[in-house]
Order: sequence, then structure tokens, then C-alpha cells
Amino acid sequence: MIAADGQRAGPGTIGVLAVASAVLVFLIAPVVIIVIVSFSGADYLTFPPPSLSVRWYERFVGAPGWRQAIVVSAKVAGLTTVFATALGLLAALALVRGQFRYKGAVYAFLLSPMIVPTIITAIGLYFFFAKLKATGSVLAMALGHTVLALPVVVIIIAATLQGLDVRFELAALSLGASRWLALRRITLPLIAPGVLSAALFAFLTSFDELLIPLFLSGVEVQTLTVRIWNSLLLEVDPTIAAVSSFLIAVTCAVLGVSAVLRRKGDHDDRHVEG
Amino acid sequence: MRADGETALAVGALSAGSAERREQWRHLALLLPALLALAALFVYPLLGILFRSIHKTSYTLEFYRQVFRTPVYLTVIGLTFRTATIVTLLCLALGYPLAYVLATVRPRLARVLVIVVVLPFFTSIIVRTYAWMVLLGRNGIVNQYLIALGLAPAPLPLLYNAAGVVIGMTYVLLPLMVLTIWSVMRGIDPALVRAAHSLGASPAQAFRRIYLPLSAPGIAGGTLLVFLLSLGFFITPALMGGPSDVMIAMLIEREVEFTLNWSFASTLAVVLLVLTLAGFVVYNRLVRLERLFEGRS
Repeated sequence: MIAADGQRAGPGTIGVLAVASAVLVFLIAPVVIIVIVSFSGADYLTFPPPSLSVRWYERFVGAPGWRQAIVVSAKVAGLTTVFATALGLLAALALVRGQFRYKGAVYAFLLSPMIVPTIITAIGLYFFFAKLKATGSVLAMALGHTVLALPVVVIIIAATLQGLDVRFELAALSLGASRWLALRRITLPLIAPGVLSAALFAFLTSFDELLIPLFLSGVEVQTLTVRIWNSLLLEVDPTIAAVSSFLIAVTCAVLGVSAVLRRKGDHDDRHVEG
Repeated sequence: MRADGETALAVGALSAGSAERREQWRHLALLLPALLALAALFVYPLLGILFRSIHKTSYTLEFYRQVFRTPVYLTVIGLTFRTATIVTLLCLALGYPLAYVLATVRPRLARVLVIVVVLPFFTSIIVRTYAWMVLLGRNGIVNQYLIALGLAPAPLPLLYNAAGVVIGMTYVLLPLMVLTIWSVMRGIDPALVRAAHSLGASPAQAFRRIYLPLSAPGIAGGTLLVFLLSLGFFITPALMGGPSDVMIAMLIEREVEFTLNWSFASTLAVVLLVLTLAGFVVYNRLVRLERLFEGRS
């Protein structure tokens, strides 16, 4: 073992550490570099940037097209969050607390959108909404993203419920609470951090996703990712570095808040137990 | 502790058969909205694709015949498999040592290091692809450094070719490989390796005879998962590849957007779907899908 007991730091261990460190740099460097060059004052993306400025951010938020795209992305992701969290919460409650046949199969079915290549889901939805003449609408894109976000929500809420001691609910029931009261007063408050975390990941799933809106968006209604795509087909425009940094910041915010929520959830559990 | 509660629940449920049945219906009612949504927005559209692949004016297998008889399509399928294989092997070679270090360093350090894996994992694929386009372009940052350091006399062609596709896809899929292998490695008891050492095994022997076999489910699961996801990749090869680096998913998109041949797009989609699903049946026996999200923060 490496640092845990530190007895054997042979050449093999040093080699593994060197490779692992290089891989960590490989993973994080592109993200860090994009954020840094997004503040470049130069016309070309050189690293390190010769001067710093916020001109690419001014281009980003100054252009009506990009501003509209932020609004469309936020609307689609907001609706997706509501749909996926509601559906996923109910399903997770049944999956974790229920006893019924074919539970494994139902669980696998709910997770299946994760394994079907998104391009296939996207063209399926495109054919479907084209027949209904409903492409180019925020609702259609949100419904498509709900399919992709549902497995994420189910996994996170199911894991939270599994970590919750079922005896809290049994205690409430034995004291005469109805199912609904026990759910509302005991279960939901205890899993609230997990549910919120699931909602954040549902939002992120939609906000970051390109393929569903690529097929379903119209000329007028474009998400941020679709606008990035269209602009990348033409040239590597430095404005995209600013847009990318914005999306990276959203990811960081979601990861940060969910980490805090998870710690809070753990703390609440201990508090009730103690 | 939880087992006690579940036993109590089970005993309680057994004492009244009708109450148990009512309980079952209640749970099915909770599942119903999600199941209906997936049936309408996922299963029905997929069946629509299947239908389009075998039916135009009447039922026909003509589109499948075309796919398997046209050399261009077979070339694309072959290229897709080749790219997926290279990317998977690279991810394994880079991912295994990192997963090993994450599983063996102090837990507090591991929690910090895993952020470096998780942040790109949850960053939009198009953002990650763009980052590599900035790095690898003709006047990109990598070429700027290679020339400045005298390692290359002229800019190397790293983007809009097969090399670009492999680098980009490896970057996008590597976190998945690391998290899958790590999820298995975290369950390996370090005492087993220490026991091997105390019995006189060299570090290499202890690794090869004890650690490697125990981590094999992670290797198998990660390899299969990355391979199957690579088969359906679209964004990264479409942006980073050259005119001849066409993968199945790009062919599907072209048939829908430009050729407007929906029957053919559907047929290719069914071929890709069957390949992917067959692989996941195997995968599900190796690693459980939901374990991936344990590393989410």
C-alpha cells in the first residue's frame, strides 16, 4: 500500500505514483487552461495569456443570441428538474421501501436511458415530436431531458433512502401516524438533502446536454450547448472559452452544493441517532 | 440494524395478507408516473425507430441488407470498433494506476484527489471537447509549446484526424473508467495484501497474485462500459475528427439531418442499439450500474 502504512516505497510504487500524477494533470489541465484563457486579452488563445481582460465575457453576455440561449437552457433545465425530481422521488420511494415482484427489472428499466446511446434516444424523440409537429419547443426538449435525468434522480434518491434507518418510519407508524404523515414529517425531511442534490444533478444533466436539443431545437429556440456546437462547426472562437467557463462554473456550483448537502445529510442522521 | 427493521416490516406485512396487497398497489401507484413517462418518451420512440427500420411502404429487410452489403457502411462500423478499442485500452492503461492510488492513499487525500476526476466527469462533453480543440489545433497551445521547446519543427497535425478523435474520446471517457475501477478497489481489504507481504511475497507478486485478481471485476466492468459508450459516441468524433473519421453515430446524424433518409438512420440506430444492449447484459453481471454515482462528490 502506498501512504497508508508507507513501509514499501519501491521503484514500482514510485512508478505508479508518477503515472497517477500525470493522469491527474491530464484530467484537470484542460479545464483549468480553458478558464484561464477565457480571461485572455489577446485575439488568439495562447497560454499563458499575454494580458488579461474580460472582453470574451462581454462578447458572451453582450450578444442577444447568447443571452437568449442562457434563458432557453435555464428554462429547459428548470422544467427537467421539476419533472425528473417528482417522477424519480416517487419511483425511488417505491423501489427502496416496497416489496414486489420484478423489482430488479423495474429498477433496470428506470436506469436504461443511461445505457442507450443518446444519439438514438435523440433521433427517436425527433421522429416522435416531428410527427406531433412539436419540435422547437422548450417543453419538448425538457421532456426529452427528463428521460435522461430520471435515472440520475432515481439513483441518488434511492441511495439516500437506503442510508436512512427504516426504524424512524416504523416508530412513527407504531405511534399512530398515517403513511402519509410519516412520509411528510419523517421521511421527506430526512432525505431532503438527497432530494435537493438529485434535483441539482437533474438540472446539470439538462443544462450540459447537447444531442436532444440539437435535434429538437428550432432556429429561434436554441440552448447554450446548441449555440456552442453551431459556432464550433465554423471556427474555434475565443468567446466559447467564456461560455465554457460559465458552464464549468455551473458544474462546480452543483458539485459544491451537493457535497455540502451530503455532509449535512450525514450529520442529520447522526444527530437523530444520537 | 436495517435488517431488523425490514424483518419487522416483513413480519407486519405477513400478519395481514390484504394489507400487504394494498401496500403493493400503493407502491405500484408510486412507480406509475415514472413508468408511463418512460413508456411514452423513451420506449415508444425506440419502437418507432425499430418500426422505421423494417417498414417503409410495406415490411422489408431491404435497409438491413443495404447496411451489410455497402462497403462504406461496413468500413464505418469497422472504424467505430477500432476507435472504441484503442480508446478503451488507453483509458484502462491511464485509469488503472490512478484508481489504484485513489484506493490506497489516505481517505482524506483521496477525497481531494477524486475531485480532479469528478469535475471533468460532470463537465459538459461539448465543453471538454472544445478544451481539446483549443489545445490541439494547428496554432493550438500544445503546438505552441512543442515548437517553442524545439520538439517539433512545424505544427503537428493533432486535430481533425484520427489522433484528435482518440485523444478527445480518451479524455472524455477516462473519468468513467477511473470511477468504475475505484468503486471495486475500495472494497478490497488492504489486510489481504499485507498478509501476502508478511508471508514473503514481493510487492510485485502480492500485486499480481492478490490485488490484480481482486480488482478484475472493476477492470472488466470499466473496460466494457467505456467500450460500449465509445461505440455510440458522437460529439467528440464529429468535432475533432477529419472527413474520413466517421463513426456510426455520425452516420446516423447525417442520414437524419442531411440525407433525410430516416429509414436508413433507423436501421443504423438499431444495429448500434443491439450491439450496445448485448454488451450491457454482460456488463450488468460484472458491476452494478448504480455504483458509479457513489463517487459523485
